[in-house]
Amino acid sequence: MSPIVKILLFMFSCILTNNYIFSRFLGCCPFLGVSNKVETAFGMGIAVTFVMALASLFTYFVYYYLLVPMKLEYLNTIAFILVIASLVQVVEMFLKKSAPSLYGALGIYLPLITTNCAVLGVTILNITEGYNLLYSVLNGTFGALGFLLAIVLMAGVRERLETAKIAVPLKGFPISLVIAGLMSLAFLGFSNMFAGVM
Amino acid sequence: MESYLPVLYAILALGGLGIVFGLLLGVADKKFSVEMDERVSAVRSAVAGANCGACGYAGCDGYAEAVVRGEAKTNACTPGGEKTANAIAAIMCVSADVMEPMVARVRCQGNCENVTLRYDYDGIPSCRAASGISGGPTACEFGCVGLGDCVSRCPFHAISMQNGVAVIDGDICTGCGICVAACPRGIIQMMPLDQTIVVMCRNEAIGRIARLQCKTACVGCKRCEKQCPSDSIHVVKGVALIDEKTCTRCGACILACPMHCIVNFYEHDLTGEAAATAQAELLDMEAE
Repeated sequence: MSPIVKILLFMFSCILTNNYIFSRFLGCCPFLGVSNKVETAFGMGIAVTFVMALASLFTYFVYYYLLVPMKLEYLNTIAFILVIASLVQVVEMFLKKSAPSLYGALGIYLPLITTNCAVLGVTILNITEGYNLLYSVLNGTFGALGFLLAIVLMAGVRERLETAKIAVPLKGFPISLVIAGLMSLAFLGFSNMFAGVM
Repeated sequence: MESYLPVLYAILALGGLGIVFGLLLGVADKKFSVEMDERVSAVRSAVAGANCGACGYAGCDGYAEAVVRGEAKTNACTPGGEKTANAIAAIMCVSADVMEPMVARVRCQGNCENVTLRYDYDGIPSCRAASGISGGPTACEFGCVGLGDCVSRCPFHAISMQNGVAVIDGDICTGCGICVAACPRGIIQMMPLDQTIVVMCRNEAIGRIARLQCKTACVGCKRCEKQCPSDSIHVVKGVALIDEKTCTRCGACILACPMHCIVNFYEHDLTGEAAATAQAELLDMEAE
């Protein structure tokens, strides 16, 4: 198999089969918290994509050029959190300057990207899976695009739920969690899609 | 000595990373700095700063920005009161809006002695949870549950539980209105600070039942209605209600009430003709 096809397959598997929300269950906090409107959900998804792609890049260098030579691999979690927190801070400043309305709409969930476990998850998975630099960044970028897909789909459903007739005990978060479960089941259908070729 | 080296390396590596990222962030902060309207920070320091949300905005920062944008009124900070309103008006160079000081009052006297209990509640210590269990532990479905949802929500610690009923200290209360939303029974009401005469009951049940439920319930007997010289107290849906605009604070209704459920919050003697007649009639009635 040519390397280009391999990379393409890897990208799609990041988005569909290994979706961070629906098959790894990482990053559920913003997935439920900011999925009220498609617009803000999209903004959140883009911010997370940016942070995850850059976090994958930076943590690769931090791990292989700083922690490994100094035999400090056991410090990877804390070092990665440092990288992610700084990146989130930069994103926050950038959004405050260039997109104040999005900054206001994301509110508290923007600094909370720091504690979004999908971001830490992707950086740690990059190490444990032994990905090289290209695959690490691809994993970060396309894993985050999978998150974007999930959160935008969820926001679309929830916008419709606003006007739907729902039994009172299920209104709000209960029905959202039921929907999230159903969507996760649907994504289970992708689970063996690339099993034969990869 | 050598066994300490890994520790030193760890400190150096993480400390170094921290310093590098800190420097980068410092540069980014300069580059992406947003020019803030200096009035925002001035207004922000003028408001009460409790982040109580009484103004309707998300915290004091949100309110300060809204004021500078011209969206919010300068007198919306109830905890700050008139002083803050004047300060904000001075910062914004507009004339100060008149502000009527408000206070929250618990319209219930159903303490442990007065109110009848239907069952012993031994669950989550929350009024909202308790009132969800077959109408709440107190026989009166309108009165204070006494588990202190308002006490824990008050940002100014103005509310205390006294003998099973919430009591608001009018001197500390800033009128932010958070407790009004916290009470599942809706017995806390915002009223002007000078509205000192308050009907301390919201029991809408008919007189006979109200009397069984609580010793200080409004039974809707309309004695206060008859005694009021300014026609400003009326029994609506079985509860006396004072019209604060026409009430002259004479206190006739207080002395006329056989259930003692109208209370004077202002410590002044109830002299005056109407009050005297009301008291005489009540004494006559009680003598009979």
